[in-house]
Parts: sequence; C-alpha cells; structure tokens
Amino acid sequence: MWWRSASFILDRQQQEQNANVPPNPESLLHSSPPPSMADSLQNPKPNVSAYYQTRAAHHAVVTSDWLAQAQAAVSIPTDDDSSGSDGRIAPVTGGKVDDKAFSVIDEFNSWRKQPDLAEAVAAIRALAAVIRASQATTMMELEIELKKASDSLKAWDSTSISLTAGCDLFMRYVTRTSALEYEDFNSARSRLIERAEKFGEISCKARRIIAMLCQDFIFDGCTILVHGFSRVVFEVLKTAAQNKKHFRVFCTEGRPDRTGLRLSNELAKLDVPVKLLIDSAVAYTMDEVDMVLVGADGIVESGGIINMMGTYQIALVSHSMNKPVYVAAESYKFARLYPLDQKDLGPALRTIDFGVPIPSKVEVEKSARDYTPPQYLTLLFTDLGVLTPSVVSDELIQLYL
Amino acid sequence: MDPRRSARTVSDPKVRQVGFFTPAAPPERSCSDPPRQQDLIQPQSPSSTQVNDHSRSGDSLSPVMIPPPPHHHSDTLLRTALQVSSPKTALSYSAKTVTIPTENDDVPSSLSPSRKFVAVKSPSSYPGVRAISVPASELTTVSVVNLPPGISEKVGGGASVEVQNDRPVSSKSLKEKTSKAERRAMQEAQRAAKAAAKAEGTKASSTATKVATSANTKPSKAAKPSSQKNDGSQFAASEKKVGDRAPEKDRKKDAPHPRMQYDDTSRVEKAKKRAVVKQTEVRNRVELFRHLPQYEHGTQLPDLETKFFELDPMHPAVYKVGLQYLSGDIRGGNARCIAMFLAFKEAIKDYSTPPEKTLIRDLTARISSYVSFLIECRPLSVSMGNAIKFLKNQIAKLPLALSESEAKATLMSDIDRFINEKIIVAEKVIVKHAVTKIRDGDVLLTYGASSAVGMILLHAHELGKQFRVVVVDSRPKLEGQLLLRRLVRKGLSCTYTHVNAVSCIMQEVTRVFLGASSVLSNGTVYSRVGTACVAMVAHAFRVPVLVCCEAYKFHERVQLDSICFNELGNPDAISKVHGREDINYLDGLVNRENLQLLNLVYDATPSDYVSMIITDYGMIPPTSVPVIVREYRREHLWS
Repeated sequence: MWWRSASFILDRQQQEQNANVPPNPESLLHSSPPPSMADSLQNPKPNVSAYYQTRAAHHAVVTSDWLAQAQAAVSIPTDDDSSGSDGRIAPVTGGKVDDKAFSVIDEFNSWRKQPDLAEAVAAIRALAAVIRASQATTMMELEIELKKASDSLKAWDSTSISLTAGCDLFMRYVTRTSALEYEDFNSARSRLIERAEKFGEISCKARRIIAMLCQDFIFDGCTILVHGFSRVVFEVLKTAAQNKKHFRVFCTEGRPDRTGLRLSNELAKLDVPVKLLIDSAVAYTMDEVDMVLVGADGIVESGGIINMMGTYQIALVSHSMNKPVYVAAESYKFARLYPLDQKDLGPALRTIDFGVPIPSKVEVEKSARDYTPPQYLTLLFTDLGVLTPSVVSDELIQLYL
Repeated sequence: MDPRRSARTVSDPKVRQVGFFTPAAPPERSCSDPPRQQDLIQPQSPSSTQVNDHSRSGDSLSPVMIPPPPHHHSDTLLRTALQVSSPKTALSYSAKTVTIPTENDDVPSSLSPSRKFVAVKSPSSYPGVRAISVPASELTTVSVVNLPPGISEKVGGGASVEVQNDRPVSSKSLKEKTSKAERRAMQEAQRAAKAAAKAEGTKASSTATKVATSANTKPSKAAKPSSQKNDGSQFAASEKKVGDRAPEKDRKKDAPHPRMQYDDTSRVEKAKKRAVVKQTEVRNRVELFRHLPQYEHGTQLPDLETKFFELDPMHPAVYKVGLQYLSGDIRGGNARCIAMFLAFKEAIKDYSTPPEKTLIRDLTARISSYVSFLIECRPLSVSMGNAIKFLKNQIAKLPLALSESEAKATLMSDIDRFINEKIIVAEKVIVKHAVTKIRDGDVLLTYGASSAVGMILLHAHELGKQFRVVVVDSRPKLEGQLLLRRLVRKGLSCTYTHVNAVSCIMQEVTRVFLGASSVLSNGTVYSRVGTACVAMVAHAFRVPVLVCCEAYKFHERVQLDSICFNELGNPDAISKVHGREDINYLDGLVNRENLQLLNLVYDATPSDYVSMIITDYGMIPPTSVPVIVREYRREHLWS
C-alpha cells in the first residue's frame, strides 16, 4: 500500500516538476532554496497547499525509512533546545554577509519539519530568527521589518490558518511590547526573542493542559469517534489511557492521506481498543458512539472550526443523533476569520489518489478541509479552559482589540 | 413566581426559631401576593422573639438573585422579624431577608461565634427584591441589625459579600457591653424602622411590638435619613461610607429607566401637562400595543410653529431638529443622531451659565430638557440614547477648574469626535469588513435603506466586484427606493421588489445584508419592521444574514419580542394609499370602533436568524454582542 501514501504523492509530484530532484519529502524543502525573498514568495507547488504538504509529511502513513529520517530530524533540536536554535542561527547570520540570503520562509520551513512542532510555533520561531538577523536599531524599524516578514510568510501559504494566526499573535505581542516603552531597545529585543523561544514550550504545555481538561469528559466504557490525526487528540487519548480509563476509539480512515490509520497505529501501541472505519461508515456506527472528538486546523471567530475534510459531516450526523462533538485545540489556533459558508475560505488544495486513472473530463474536489459551524459543536477544549463556541469571539476581541 | 411563593409556609421545618419564642405563634403570612408580601408587616406577639437565621453568613452567596429552585423554598423567606422581648429595650426591628440559595444552609448559627453582616447587593435590574442584611448571631439575644438599606447595598460590584467579623457580639441583655457605636447603631435602626414605617403609612400596632417594614417600593426614601445620620457616627467604617454613595448612585443609574406606559392613564395625564408638543392620541389603538404612544400625525405642526417664541428655554436649533423629527424629514438612526448632536453643539455654543449655577449641573439639566422635548417629537432611538449618555458623561467629567469657554470648547470637540469616530469612521470600517464577504457572482439582498449597506454595495462596486443587488422594500415608507436610486445611478444592476415576494426572490440570493436600528444584548436585532421577516426567510433558505451596525447602537437591554418596546407610526399611512383614489376602500371607516389600525415601525429579529454582525470592532457572531457592549462601555463611559 506504500504507493498510496502521501509521501509517494509528494514524490511523484516533485518528479513531475523536476526530474533530477531526489524523491524524498524531507529533502524536498531543502532541495531548492530560493535565492531571494522575492523568489521564495512563490509556493513551489501552487496547486497543493503548503500546509497540507507538511501535514502529509507529518501524519501520513510513512515508510519506515522516512520515519527513521524524521526521527533523526527530531532528535537534533530536542537534544539541546537552546543550543539547537542557536546553532541554527549561525548559518543565518553567516549568510547575512551577502545581505539577501536570509529568508524567513526558509527559516520557517526548516522549523516546521519537526513533526512535534506546531505550525504556529514554527512561524513564531521563524519570526524570532528575523529579529535576530535584523540590523534594526529602533523598535519601529524592527516592527516594520517583522511586519514585512510575517506578511511574506502569510502570503507564502495563505491556506494555513495556524500560520496566519501565529504570525498575527506574535505581531500583536510585538506591538504590545513596544507600547510598553522599554528604555532600552536591546532589552526589548531580547525580550521578544525570549518570548518566541518560550512559545514552543507553551504550545507543548497547552496540549498537556487540554489533555488534563478532557479527562473529565472521558468516562469508563465510552466510545469515542475520532477523525483524522491531531496531535492534541492523540495526547488526550494517550493521557486517558495512562489514567487507566477504559474506552474504545473509532478511527475514521481519513482519506486521502489516511491519517486515521496512523492514529489507529499509535493507539494500538497504547493498547487502546481501536476500530477503523471507512469515512463513509460514520453514520452507520454513530449509534454506538458516545462522543466525537476532533482536532482543529483553526478556530474561527464564530466559534466554528476549520478542520480536515469530513469533520463537518461527522458533526452533522452526530448533531442529528444528539451526540456531543468536542474539539480539542490550542488557543493559538484562534483566528480572526469568519467564514459564512464552506466556500468562503480559500480552498486548501491537495492531491487525491483514487488508485485508478481519472478521465481528464472528470473534475475532482480537491479541497482538504471544511468549516463546521458552531451550532454543531458542543464544547471546545482549549488551554484557556473548556469553552463554549461563543466564547471564542470574546477571547479574540480581547486579544486583538 | 406566584406558585413558588405561596408554597412557602411558615411552619416549614427548615425555619429555625431561636431565642424566646412561643411555638404556637408562627407569624401568619398571606401567601397571595408576592410583591405585597414583601412589604407586609408582621405583627408579632410581644412575648415571641424570632430570629430568622436561615440566610446565614454568606460564604456561598450567589451574586445574582436567582429565584431559588422549588425545593429550596423554605430558605427563601421574606421575613420581617424579630423583636426583643425585653420591654426596656423594646426595639423595633426590621430585617429583611431575601433568600440566599445556599447549600450549606443548615449550618447552625451557633457555629459562627461572631456576628457576621452579610450584605448582598441585589442586581439593580431586579428592583423588587432588595438587598439584605442578615444577622447570624449568637442565639438568645437578638442583635439589632438594621443596617439601613444604604449600607447594605453599598457593597459595590456584583458578587459582593461583605463579612465583618471583627465586631463584638452585641446583645441586648448585656447592655453594658454595648459600645457607643453599638448603641448608636440601635438607635439608627430604630429611626430607620420608624422612617420606613412612616413611609409605608403603616402604623405600629402595639407599644412593645413595633414592626417596621421596609418600604420596598421606596427604598431610597427610607434609606436616606438613616444613611445621612450615619455620617457622624463611628458605626460605619469610613471606607464603607465612601463606598456607600457611589454604588447607590450607580444603582439608580443602572436601573432600567421606567418607560412610560401609555395605558397608565394617570401618568399619561401628568405627562401631557408637561408636554410642549400637544399630540392628540389616536382613538382606536390595537389592544396589544396600548402601552405605546400613538398620535394623530400632521396636526400639531402649525401649532408648534406658533409657539416658537414662547418656548423660552428651548434652543432654536434643537427646536428645529425636533420639528424635523416630527415631520419625518430626518430619519434613520445615524441621521437622527447626527442632527441631534449638531443641534446640541449649537446649543452649547450659545450657552452661558446663569449666575449662581454651575455649568456641569445646569448644562446637564438643559440637555435633559432638550432631550425630553425631542422625545415628545419622536421617541428616542437606541443610538440617540447612547449618544446622549455619552454627552452627559462628558459633561459630568469636566474638571471643575475649567473656565466656561474652555468647557464649551471641550464639549463641542467631544461631540465632533463622537460623530466622526463612532459614526463616520465606524461606517467606513464596517464597509471595509463587509466588502470581504462579497464575492464575484453574488446576489445580495437588502431590505429598506440602511446607510451602511448602501455604502457597502457602492464600495464593492467601485472595487470592481461583479454582483447583483436585490432591493426589497415595503409600504408605507418605501425607503428602499431611496437606496435604489443611489445604486442605479452608480450603475449597479438591481432588482426591486416588495417584501411580499421575498420568498420567491430568496432562491437566487447568496447573501443578505441588513441594517439595524439597534442590536440588543441577546443578539436580537432591532430594526425596521419587516427585517425579521426577511431574515427568517433567508434563514429558511440557508442564506447567510449579515447585519451591519455601528457599535454605538449596541445596547445592554434584552428584548424578546417587538411588543413591549416599539414605536407606532401613523395609522393613516397604511389605511390610505396616496394618490390612488380608486382603492381607498377604508374611507369613512377609519374612526369606527371596531377597526384598529397598526403601523409598527420596528421589529425584533431573533439572533438565531443572524449569521454575523459586522461592527466597527470587526465581524462578530450575535452571541458576542455583550462583549462589544462591555468593551464599548469600558472605552467610552468609564474611562
């Protein structure tokens, strides 16, 4: 089945684009470093959302050699986090000699290759690198520079909500810090960098908080339906298993990148009883399900969520059968967006492999995510607490006003 | 409320009677009428002393007066109470207990070694229930705790529970122990009780038994003398006193202003005497809407014009605006608000403080008189109410040291700032947000003529978006034609229809943009009549409904229907069709007793039908209106 995996898809795409690049998603992002900022504004693969490229790389069913590579990639920075990030700067500052070599997008790409690192965290780390590389001498200059960098990041991948939200969040923090009027520019600067470094920890801590909060909702003997692979949801289930709760998990397959398979693998390792469903069997099994637990790519102003394709229909089915739908997501995924319907968002495209050739006249719906309106959600588990969907807007207004 | 209250029996086992009491004498209680029951005086037999201790020290007080669940009914006693048996110290006593839904209610009072005063501030929106001060004292002796209402309610904030533990146990029998302050307190209590009794017009029945009731209906009156007397005494701690005044004032301000109910004949008569504008009331009014004013239109204008020179205190600019409201020349929330503010600006410009008066007080009174004149011309809109609140707040905040000309300049610039920031710029921001929701190929439907929606459509057209507009309109005002005219002139492709056809046209619509007169705290949109209908049809067709409304029009009130607060238009407008002699079927029937004409001006759209509200704070769901109200108030009223 390896040829169905997302990494293969990426490989094939890459091969189609330029035949000489080695077919490895890991090296894909390294492969052609854009020579300048202007060039790097172009997403190398405009027909596939960059966000879903990473997702595919992180969550797809992967071949063992890729896993090993990923493992190696993780272990380097996690061994010594501070020095790892420092070490990362060295080439950046070195490259800065020829002025234009530093690119925030490269930085971001190198950060987000760590499977455990959320996209928002990668964005903020990349922005921190901008601060480090910056030669600005006043707060205003630095702010403008950061604004440019975050704009280019956002423009590079407009489909990723957490990237946008992360950039916005950090910019917000920067403006608020500069409003504090540090007497010394350098102290303000180091404070910003420190803050950015901490953000990674915050994100990991957020997952643990959410996992703790969720424990009250997972009762013995319950059946949980899970859609797709979400790091937060996995953390929740892992914690519940460690707490010796007896529960059963239904995993949807999560076509086309089959993220459900990965989750079921991971859960099976934890000795949690898992059942795999094909995506179309959701309504069939909903009778047995006690609750639906999903992650989110982004939580929008209305309190609804944007998540992997299929979440909306699961929410609809469970709403009609009066089953609670819980969403586990970190608060940095809150985004100032307000989609009115499914088409209101820019579509995040991804390739879909049907296994058989599709006639050229047949159109394929390639959107990778959908929007679930707040009335179909029961509660949101965030690191701010267990919230009803209507609180999201409150938090956002407080944050951005 | 009724059934719950009547379920409360005095013989309930949970009622604890402490001290010397005759078990045979439970106070009688008429369970009939809850509001009266609160005021009831309970004459007690002289030998009996009752201490009501069911609402004890409030560690679990709920900040909000939630009507207790039925099984708690015994806790929720409204008890007048206790008196002291000792004839020497015959004290009249009134303690009002209002319920505290607390779980650990059964903690015996003897557990609390020292007395606690619990003061709960009742939410001001619940005027019937007053705050309480409850003694949870050592038994046998009754501590006289009649905190005057002023004190008991002074605790600011919502969930304020004030517990004083430091005071010695005061007891009647150990009179020598009572400190000066304590005795003082007793006297205060007595006086307050007497005052209250007088205010009520009730008489104390016997010599030893004086039971005072607190006048629930006139709490402030009863409170005043006692709290004033308190000033000299050491009884109240100084920080108490300081905190006392402001929340009391606040409470009055916060309390919803009793709106004139026009079916209350006596008050209507009184109001008429004061009124400048002599409006004649329409005779046949629809039963359900009798509480709203409805006047014959078009009759009073000449009369008012002749009175122009007699109305001494009225500034001509204000007068002019009032007449424009009356004749309908100025309409629409923003236009009315701007016109009013510009008139006030004129008035402030020409204002000079009369001798021996202060600007702050006098100008506020002056503005109030202008406002009441404007109300007579046409009921205020919520936007105007908020704007007036802003202006009065600005006046009140003026530093005393400011000279008159400086103060006037400040106020005038404040007015300009308000108009600019809250109306003009806000609208621009709304347009900026709303345009992002218009895509190529959209069919946008709008109802009536909202200035914000008009600007959105025009701006989207300027941006080169390809879309079509459906303007839905309704009789009798046909405001939609006004909007249509602007749109068609700019070259937008428009469809015009009446609201009757909205269900047919809705099939092809992709977005509905609506304006609003006001947005209320529960997300209800209060807007031109017919809006609710359009929103409901859109909801049924699963078309998103976007409401455009500036944040200054948001109001903390909650409204569930469009009956209790509304405005009645001219009934002639619906009974006659202008210029169509052939279809005036109602000629000669209008004054019949059995014909009632209803021309409502506004209606309330429930928040379920609203997908999004676009304000100058961004795009928010209707559930977040309270957040905006809170932020707005923080920004403009309390800053």
